[in-house]
Amino acid sequence: EAALKASQSTYIVNDKITPREDATTYNNYYEFGTSKGDPAAYSGDFKPMPWKIKIDGLVKTPMEFDVADLIAKMPLEERIYRFRCVEAWSMVVPWTGFALSELIKQAEPLGSAKYVAFQTALRPEEMPGVGGFTPVLDWPYREGLRLDEAMHPLAIMAVGIYGDVLPNQNGAPIRLVVPWKYGFKSIKSIEKITLTDKQPVTAWNVAAPGEYGFYSNVNPERDHPRWSQAQERVLGTGGGFFGGTGKRDTEKFNGYGEEVAHLYAGMDLMVDY
Amino acid sequence: MLAKISPWWIYGIGFIPAAWYFYHGAINDLGANPIQTFEHLLGEWALRFMIATLLVTPLRDLTRVNFIRFRRALGLMTFYYVLMHFLTYFILDRGMNLPVIFVDILKRPYIILGMTAFVGLIALAATSNTWSIRTLGRGWGRLHKLVYLIATLGVVHFFMAVKSWPPRPFVYATIIGVLLGYRLVKLLLDQRRAAA
Repeated sequence: EAALKASQSTYIVNDKITPREDATTYNNYYEFGTSKGDPAAYSGDFKPMPWKIKIDGLVKTPMEFDVADLIAKMPLEERIYRFRCVEAWSMVVPWTGFALSELIKQAEPLGSAKYVAFQTALRPEEMPGVGGFTPVLDWPYREGLRLDEAMHPLAIMAVGIYGDVLPNQNGAPIRLVVPWKYGFKSIKSIEKITLTDKQPVTAWNVAAPGEYGFYSNVNPERDHPRWSQAQERVLGTGGGFFGGTGKRDTEKFNGYGEEVAHLYAGMDLMVDY
Repeated sequence: MLAKISPWWIYGIGFIPAAWYFYHGAINDLGANPIQTFEHLLGEWALRFMIATLLVTPLRDLTRVNFIRFRRALGLMTFYYVLMHFLTYFILDRGMNLPVIFVDILKRPYIILGMTAFVGLIALAATSNTWSIRTLGRGWGRLHKLVYLIATLGVVHFFMAVKSWPPRPFVYATIIGVLLGYRLVKLLLDQRRAAA
């Protein structure tokens, strides 16, 4: 894994950083299997380079970028974000990347564009988890943001973690990180970004609409229908069983409310969950 | 030959997975989320012992292998693993926070199902002794038919605890479904025979 050159960002939380070992072996990336260790164990055949990422839809100039070029040319920053999974655990991860807005701006969105749709690569021969009699999700994995969410400075395209390029299990070579939303919104191994005027279809919303809404902002007040979201277990605090339960109260918008709450002014987040 | 072997080896071997994972969890070598990993492993081992328990009858019917002398030990191992699964939830996962656990039991369907199965298993474990069999007579057999319901609740509890429809619960559901289906078919055939 090549080290990345990045400037230090001001977007840094002061919480203890999750050990790299934990952040790279405890992953949800169902294309490689549904157990937490599967992505690290079974993503060895996945080829993240060379990689093209396309921006199309309601833009003036549809574009295709080579990810190696992006890594070389974009102003990379290291940001330390809280990462809150919908399964009520969390990590603190140093990402290297650039603002998603920087990428979208280059394609010049049309005035009619209201949403941004993202799509993960689908390569059955490199992804052992996508086959089977009962596909776990309706592949390819899809996610979406409202355009104003996508243009928010906290939303980044990450190309690295812990100072190195992304390992396959963490979404190599390029992924979204939206720290105020549940982790599954931060779609991995992105192949295509499409600007649209309609709310995009998203993988988890299709799988269970009552459980995973389009917005999926971190919200301790709205329980998942099957479990509470009021608290989260902070992973990688060490000590095994006897390091304490490592629980903390979940913060609304994952603690990024000051920056992002205005995006949802006037909305009822219990309805638009 | 089997008649000479004491069932105690099942307890000796049966606790090895729990002890092994507990050791790894205690030295912080059970991954990033050791408590939940341990909790899930114990739950899966409970299902495995449940399957072993339910296998005894069809194995005896269809082959000449008779493990009936070990069935009580296998059933009790199922109970012990569910008990450890519960204690992990109660002590390590929820930190004995009673208000939180109370809300769980009232509000979370998968926990309600799991607790129901646990209570059922307590009744079965408490009567898994020769004295109870003698005292309860025919009632004992009827009571222990609860195991079919408990096995079903266990599998549904697994499905409800996970996101989407991953393969593992399906594997357990299929095996337990076949084992319960075997009994249903046998019951229907017996009834037809009795009617004829």
